[in-house]
Amino acid sequence: MDFSYTEEQTLLRNSVSKYLADNYKFEQWRKFTRSDLGRDAAHWKQFAELGLLAAPIAEEHGGLGGGAVESLIIMEEFGKALVVEPYVPTVVVGGGFFKHGGTDAQKSEWLGKIAAGETMLAFAFAEPKGRYNLADLSTTAKKSGSGYVINGQKAVVIGAPWADHFIVTARTAGGQRDEKGVSVFLVAKNAKGVSVRDYPTVDSLRASEVTFENAEGTLIGTADNGLPLIEQVVDEAIAASCAEATGCMKVLVDTTVEYSKTRKQFGVPIGKFQALQHRMVDMFVHYEQGVSITLMVTLKLAEEAAERAKAASAAKVTIGKGGRFVGQQAVQIHGGIGMTDELNVGHYFKRLTMLDTLFGSTDHHLKRYASLS
Amino acid sequence: MDLSFSPAEEAFRQEVRAFIAEAKPKLPKGLGAAESADRSKEDYLAWHKLLYKKGWVAPLWPKEYGGTGWNVTQRYIFNEETANAEMPTTLPFGLSMVAPVIFTFGNDEQKKKFLPRILSGEDWWCQGYSEPGSGSDLASLRTKAVREGDHYIVNGQKTWTTLAQFADWIFCLVRTDANVKQQEGITFLLIDMKTPGITVKPIIVLDGAHEVNEVFFDNVKVPVENRVGEENKGWTYAKFLLVNERSGIAGVARSKKAVQRLKEIGEAETIDGTPLIDDPDFARKVADLEIDLAALEFTELRTLAAESKGHMAGPESSILKIRGTEIQQRITELTVEAIGYYAYPNERGFGDNAAVGPDYAIGAAGHYFNMRKTSIYGGSNEIQRNIIAKAVLGL
Repeated sequence: MDFSYTEEQTLLRNSVSKYLADNYKFEQWRKFTRSDLGRDAAHWKQFAELGLLAAPIAEEHGGLGGGAVESLIIMEEFGKALVVEPYVPTVVVGGGFFKHGGTDAQKSEWLGKIAAGETMLAFAFAEPKGRYNLADLSTTAKKSGSGYVINGQKAVVIGAPWADHFIVTARTAGGQRDEKGVSVFLVAKNAKGVSVRDYPTVDSLRASEVTFENAEGTLIGTADNGLPLIEQVVDEAIAASCAEATGCMKVLVDTTVEYSKTRKQFGVPIGKFQALQHRMVDMFVHYEQGVSITLMVTLKLAEEAAERAKAASAAKVTIGKGGRFVGQQAVQIHGGIGMTDELNVGHYFKRLTMLDTLFGSTDHHLKRYASLS
Repeated sequence: MDLSFSPAEEAFRQEVRAFIAEAKPKLPKGLGAAESADRSKEDYLAWHKLLYKKGWVAPLWPKEYGGTGWNVTQRYIFNEETANAEMPTTLPFGLSMVAPVIFTFGNDEQKKKFLPRILSGEDWWCQGYSEPGSGSDLASLRTKAVREGDHYIVNGQKTWTTLAQFADWIFCLVRTDANVKQQEGITFLLIDMKTPGITVKPIIVLDGAHEVNEVFFDNVKVPVENRVGEENKGWTYAKFLLVNERSGIAGVARSKKAVQRLKEIGEAETIDGTPLIDDPDFARKVADLEIDLAALEFTELRTLAAESKGHMAGPESSILKIRGTEIQQRITELTVEAIGYYAYPNERGFGDNAAVGPDYAIGAAGHYFNMRKTSIYGGSNEIQRNIIAKAVLGL
């Protein structure tokens, strides 16, 4: 048993962390997340140059040959800086679908593009009525000539305003919520019949409602049997998002502890009050548990489906509960200043809140875990 | 002991309902929604003015100053009916914070000058208590007032001043003696916001709203006649106000309505085609909330009943603050959970266009973020626990 990172992995972490410390400061973040674009276009190019987008992709497809551990490292550091760029939708989700389900031609084209930073993808899976069931789909796809024609509406597609292509889940057969009959498609944003409504999210990302009206799509994986593929890729995305959450939690724990040492009330630093000490210890415990379970799911992603799914749901639940506690208490212990838009604390709290919803809430994953046990 | 309402009380309820039915169409649209929405001064005052015309704007004041003279049950009925109808709330700073201080400790001139204008809504008040270095430890405040002839010269800074951007007056705790025990050198001043030397700077909070401010005082001249009570006795008046603030803070009637709204969302949202409200996990959480709320309601009723028999609210009112705010926060948290992905869109990003998602989702996440303030303001919940530990349990 060995939980240590390799030298290359440590170097990777250091290079991400240094780049973000120099170029992705909170003051800069405040500016570009409020700009029209919602991000600074330079960063994605730099992420590509630093090899971050290539890190988990196989060498034969232009990647650096890493895997989920590399994504964990990158997302943990991204979480610490509240990075808004769509690493998970593009590299983890997009890359995952092509890696596990793509044809050889798709793999060499798309994995190469992802690694080189030539594409941004968005994952259009949620629907207005579907909640967290990945098979609860009203969006349909019908075979038409060599491709498919897609109809339907996708809700809250994170990163869609920046994306050039969407990965879309749709029903090709069976009834609503049937496990069979689900398929995955690649749809160009500029394809005929695709319309978007863009908006900012409460945690300073960008998202869109995406509508498909007879839009042309290309199948990824096998028709009608896409659900196992979707579950696998979403579990991988959950692992990466949990890593992001631990990055957020780390900043909140450290910032709160530091603040409690300097903020004085009643003549002493508030960190001297035992009630607050214990609270901060609990924050720290939640963070450590989060790191552990994120490692667990990351190392179990290659196991058989049920085992992998249980690990992903366990991680989601642990991070959901921990992230909520850490976020709320970080604001509470900071007091009024923690409520302000000007301080970074509230923004981490907001991101953690929304990460609990992403790919299914704590309750959803408790049920999924129980159903698999 | 009796839980039922008398025929006279039922008649009063009908009177309140009739008034609400008549008043509601006169209010600007959308006022019943979450309190954190950005509103104009006129919007905030619309309900106040209708109540004033009816003579119902000050349920907590003695009749001689324009109060309603209602008993505890009538106040309970009024709160319940207005909350059920989702009427806006009146702002507490004038009506329930400074006014009781003025009619309890102020002189006749102050009563004559200020109370009618608070009642009518002509004067907007804000609260100058917290300072950057004095939050929970309020008595450590440093804003200084130095007596010069007929005036105090005030220098310093207040913060978290709610809606100071609209205020005509601010009631302020200032330090008039730095050489005695902290609590013994504080004075309670009423300051005209138009006085030269006052600057108001906005603070934007987590949901993007301009709700609080910093207020700076640079050699601000305040006439001595604007001092309430005695010099250096301000802490007594400040504490009186804080106890009042706490007992109003439970918000039981509003929380009951919010739980009802939450259940409606639970009916509308689905899991695999089944209403969310039928999901055992969700149903259990809602039930848990309702039960805690019922216990809080009866705790509040016990406090009010004791008050009506002449027992002033004491340190036990901290229970109402702690539980009331925790419940408010759990409701907003569970609302976000119920909504799912449509909690993501930031409603401020749509300009004049309609937001996406169901109506009840609009602003829900922002409201959850905003309500984190409730366990911080009015004496943080940690401070309330200290109060109970010391003053009630004798620890």
